Amino acid sequence: MNAPAYNFAYLDEQTKRMIRRAILKAIAIPGYQVPFASREMPMPYGWGTGGVQVTAAILGPQDVLKVIDQGSDDTTNAISIRKFFGKTAGVATTTSTADATVIQTRHRIPEAPLHAGQVLVYQVPIPEPLRFLEPRETETRRMHALGEYGLMHVKLYEDIARFGHIATSYAYPVKVNARYVMDPSPTPKFDNPKMDKCPALQLFGAGREKRIYAIPPHTHVVSLDFEDHPFTRYRFDAPCALCGAGNSYLDEIVTDDKGGRMFVCSDTDYCEARQMAGHRGSESAAPHEESAHG
Amino acid sequence: MTTVAEVPAGFADKVLSAQSTFRSVMDAMARPGSVQRITVPVGTPDEMMSGTAAIALTLFDHDTPIWLDAAMSAAPVIAKWLKFHTSAPVVADSSIASFALAGDPRNLPPLDRFAFGSNEYPDRSATLILQAESLTQGPAFEMKGPGVDGTAVLQAMLQPRDLFLRLTINEALFPRGIDVVLVHDNSIVAIPRTTRLVASGA
Repeated sequence: MNAPAYNFAYLDEQTKRMIRRAILKAIAIPGYQVPFASREMPMPYGWGTGGVQVTAAILGPQDVLKVIDQGSDDTTNAISIRKFFGKTAGVATTTSTADATVIQTRHRIPEAPLHAGQVLVYQVPIPEPLRFLEPRETETRRMHALGEYGLMHVKLYEDIARFGHIATSYAYPVKVNARYVMDPSPTPKFDNPKMDKCPALQLFGAGREKRIYAIPPHTHVVSLDFEDHPFTRYRFDAPCALCGAGNSYLDEIVTDDKGGRMFVCSDTDYCEARQMAGHRGSESAAPHEESAHG
Repeated sequence: MTTVAEVPAGFADKVLSAQSTFRSVMDAMARPGSVQRITVPVGTPDEMMSGTAAIALTLFDHDTPIWLDAAMSAAPVIAKWLKFHTSAPVVADSSIASFALAGDPRNLPPLDRFAFGSNEYPDRSATLILQAESLTQGPAFEMKGPGVDGTAVLQAMLQPRDLFLRLTINEALFPRGIDVVLVHDNSIVAIPRTTRLVASGA
């Protein structure tokens, strides 16, 4: 048999049509979670099956794909998804944020500004921002229908009452186009301001929960807060130990069992690009010089 | 008797043509008012614009009831072609249609004949595909909304003439509403329910 084992980008055409229709409605109703008939993918739930299905539905042979997991191009999840599409769609892949046309992400937004013509696809575990406050789907659906988000403000207020500040540090709820409260997926709240008026299209896929939602380009995205407790970003108060960046989101890496630690950029592409450009942090070794043979 | 040979061919490459067409439609929907082009060849009945045909082949299937206006119904080859290539049921009741195709939108029924969705499920709403006389010349329509950086200007000869006036219903209904895709030959422009007209002139 000479037929290829899989359709282009793995999914069959009927599935792609169904997902594509959901994406169009998601774009037309920013922040609203469109139900879709999520398929089983050849990877477990929690590995980005929602994001993978969205990527598979939009990806074409001309696209250049980048996949990041917590900002890193080099983790298991990112590598396996990149290989998956390299194999099933034959698309070019890259680690460069600027060169990519489609970026699938788990829990980070790249540091480098996105541009028009790019699509950012988020992997989402729990798309419903109200789910931990109200477990019944019928009720959360009604709350969205009525635009009744008092419960979310109560939750943020309880943070303030208990800790003195809004302690929610990731999956920080946002309001899209002054209507729908939306879960930005578990990105650190450091990334929330990047969603506002972003020139790139942002698509969100939740495979297990069977929801797709979207933020069109240039759309107002506001992090929920209070007048007397305005939204603030958070980052560790340190420069990156490898590239010295003072404005990037940092991962804390424990280096020994005596309390030693270092802070490095979570966005590996951003960090590597800065190191290539000659920026050095406190822990970075001198550049390795290869000697030519012969 | 009709044989398969009499039905125009549709996409030469179903998979990649549908992908390319979808990206044009997605870009149009994400950037309201911008003119996007459908660049793939498509075998289509003479009575239908190639852009309309490409969208049909990309988005329609047995899950999407289709409503055709009088101009589209007048040519039996269109329903036959749609059925052959997409398996989409053609329905007479516009209120249950996922997509409505209007070849001559001058006679478009009032928008409340189409599905607006519900407040709980606003996605269960119709998408209107309206063929237009021109998407590059004619009166200017200045619009704003999500997907538009500031304002976007579309110059188009649109039918019905009061299309944007009718679409103001989207503002009151939101999140319910109607999404529109305008087609002229292989050019498309999307007007999702969030787009608002700022000004229109000659």
